[in-house]
Amino acid sequence: MTAEKISARCRLFLTVLLFGLLMLGVVLAERYLNAYLIRILNTACIYVVAAVAYNLVNGVTGQFSLGPNAFMAIGGYTVALLMLPLAQKREVYFLQPLIWPLNAFSFPPSLFIVALFLGGLLAALFALLIGIPTLRLRGDYLAIATFGFGEIVIVLANNLIPITNGALGIKGIPEYTNLWWTANWAFWTVFVVKNLVNSSFGRALKAIRENEIAAEAMGVNLFRHKLLAFVLSGFFAGVAGGLFVTLISTVSPTLFTFSMTFNLLIIIVLGGLGSITGSTVTAILFAFLQELLREVEAPHTIGSWTFPGIPGMRMVVFSVILVVLMIFYRRGLFGQRELSFEDVLYLLFGRKARA
Amino acid sequence: MSWVTFFQQLMNGISVGSLYALLAIGYTLVYGILGLINFAHSDVFMLGTYFAFFMMVIFLLPWWLSVLIGVALCAVVGMSIERVAYRPLRNAPRISALITAVGVSFFIENFGLVTVGARPKGFPRPDLMKNVYVLLGARIQGVTFWVPVISILILFVLFSIVYRTKIGIAMRAVSKDMETTRLMGVDVDRIILYTFALGSALAGIGGVLWACKYPQINPLMGIFPGWKAFTAAVVGGVGNVVGAMLGGFIIGLAEILIVAFFPGLTGYRDAFVFTILIVFLLVRPGGLMGEAVREKV
Repeated sequence: MTAEKISARCRLFLTVLLFGLLMLGVVLAERYLNAYLIRILNTACIYVVAAVAYNLVNGVTGQFSLGPNAFMAIGGYTVALLMLPLAQKREVYFLQPLIWPLNAFSFPPSLFIVALFLGGLLAALFALLIGIPTLRLRGDYLAIATFGFGEIVIVLANNLIPITNGALGIKGIPEYTNLWWTANWAFWTVFVVKNLVNSSFGRALKAIRENEIAAEAMGVNLFRHKLLAFVLSGFFAGVAGGLFVTLISTVSPTLFTFSMTFNLLIIIVLGGLGSITGSTVTAILFAFLQELLREVEAPHTIGSWTFPGIPGMRMVVFSVILVVLMIFYRRGLFGQRELSFEDVLYLLFGRKARA
Repeated sequence: MSWVTFFQQLMNGISVGSLYALLAIGYTLVYGILGLINFAHSDVFMLGTYFAFFMMVIFLLPWWLSVLIGVALCAVVGMSIERVAYRPLRNAPRISALITAVGVSFFIENFGLVTVGARPKGFPRPDLMKNVYVLLGARIQGVTFWVPVISILILFVLFSIVYRTKIGIAMRAVSKDMETTRLMGVDVDRIILYTFALGSALAGIGGVLWACKYPQINPLMGIFPGWKAFTAAVVGGVGNVVGAMLGGFIIGLAEILIVAFFPGLTGYRDAFVFTILIVFLLVRPGGLMGEAVREKV
C-alpha cells in the first residue's frame, strides 16, 4: 500500500485523536462491560506493554532475550513492596519480618505512578547489569544469561524471605490497576517504541538485526544501541509486572516463571517479529485466546461422556503452535510491516486522503 | 573443615562436575556445528531418566538393560528433534532456530507435566550406587564414586569417536566449515543427525546417573542442570569438547565447594553459577580453551 506521507502536524492530530478514541473506549468499557471482560481487557493491555517492549529487543534488534519474566518479577515485587499498606506488611510477613527501610513506609495511592516508574527503573537497572557483559559479545550469550537470570530471580524470590516472603508471596496488594492505567500505559508504550523505531536510532537497530557487520561498518555502535534497546525493554517489562501485580493483588514466585516469557514469545512471533502493530494486535488476541483455552483444561461433559480436564494442556498447545509457526509461518501475521496512519486513511478514504 | 569432610565434598564436586561435563559436551557439539543453543538438550536429559524409570518399573527389566534402552531412546529423540524441528530452519535467521529450540524444550517439559504429572517419582537405584565405601578415611557413597568413574570411561569413548573415527573427523570438519565439507563429499545432514544422536545419548546417560545421585525425578528436573551445563560449556569455550569437559568439572566443584565452605549460601547455589557465567563473559568471553575468533569486518 503506497499511501502518501502525511505532515507532522496531521500526524500529531491523528495521534491525539487516537488517544481520545482510546480513552472514550475506556469510559464506555468501564460503564457497560462486566467485570470479567474488563479483567481480560486489563490483561490484554498489560500484555501489550510487555510484548511491545519484548519485541523491541527480539524483533526489532534481533537479539534473543529470554528475560522478560525476570524483569516483570522485579517490577512486580518492587511495586508490591512500595504500595503494600503498613498494616498489611505486618500481617503478611509472619515468617520473618520485612527488612528495615521497607517496613517503615508505604506509598499513598497518589504515588502509584511513582511506584510503577521505580519498578520499571529497577528492572532497567538489572537489564543494564546483564546487558553490559553479554551484549558486547557476538552470539547467543544474551539468551543464555537472560534465561539463567529468569530462573535465578525465581530462586531468589523463594529464598530472600525477609524481602519477598518466600514461596508464600505477598497478598492483599491494593488493586490500583484499572483500565485507565493499563490502557494509558499500553498507548504510551506503543507511542514511545514506535517513535523510537522510526527514528535514526531505530533504523540502526534494524540494521543490527539484518547484518551486524554491515551495521558496524556503517558506523553504528553495536553495543550502545543493543544495550539501550535492552534497557528500555527492561523498563517497560518492569512496569508491566507492576501493573500485573496490582491488578491481581498478589505476587508470588510462581507468577513470573518462564511461562510468562513463553507467552510473550508466542505473541511476538505470531504478530511478526519486528512489527509493533503485530505485537499489539496479537497481545490482545492472546489475552482472549488464553481465556478460551481455559475451557480446554476444564472437565467437559458431552452427553453421557465426561472428559476430565487436563491441567497444563494449554502450554502443550502453545508450544506446538510456536514450533509450527516457526517452521511454516515464520513471518507471522504482520511480518515486519506496520499499520500506519497513512494506511488507515487510505483504507478509509481511498487515494484522496491528504492533509 | 576437617580433611575428611573436605575430601567427601571434593568427591561430591567431582561427581557432579562429571555429570555437567557429560551434558555440556552435548551442548557444545551442537553449538559447534549449527551455532544453535539446543534448549531441548536438558529435556532429553530428563527423558533419559524417565525412559529408564519406566523400563525398570513397568517392564521390570534389569537396570543395566533399562539404562541401555533409555539411552538408545534418547538418541532417537535427539535425532527426531533435529529432523523435525531444526532441519527445516537451518537456513533461516538464527533467532528463528533459537525460538524453535525454546519451543521444543517447552513442549517436552509440558508434555511431561501433562502425561506423568509434576509429582516427583523415586528413581530405583542399583545396589552398586547405594553401597557406602570407606576411602582414605572418608565415607563415600557408591554413587559419588561410580559416577565420575563411569563418566570418565564414557568421555574416553567419546573422545575416541570424535578424534579417531571418520564420523568424528566429519563432525569436526562440519563445525569448521559446513559448505566446504559438503563439497568434499560428506553427507552433512547425516553427520548432523549423528551429532544429535551422540549428544542426546550422552544427555541420557547423564540423566540416569544424575537420577542415581538425586533419586527424585520430575519433568522439570533438566532445567537447572541443563543451564549449568551450558554455562560450563561457555566457561570451557563453547564449541570446544575438551573445554566443555573442563568447564563441567569447574562448575561442579565450585558449586559444591562454595556451599561446603559457606553452608549459609545453600539456597543461593544456582545464583552462584550465574555469577561465574557473568564474570567469565566479562573477563574471558572466549572461555578457557576457546580460540578468540575475531570476526572480520
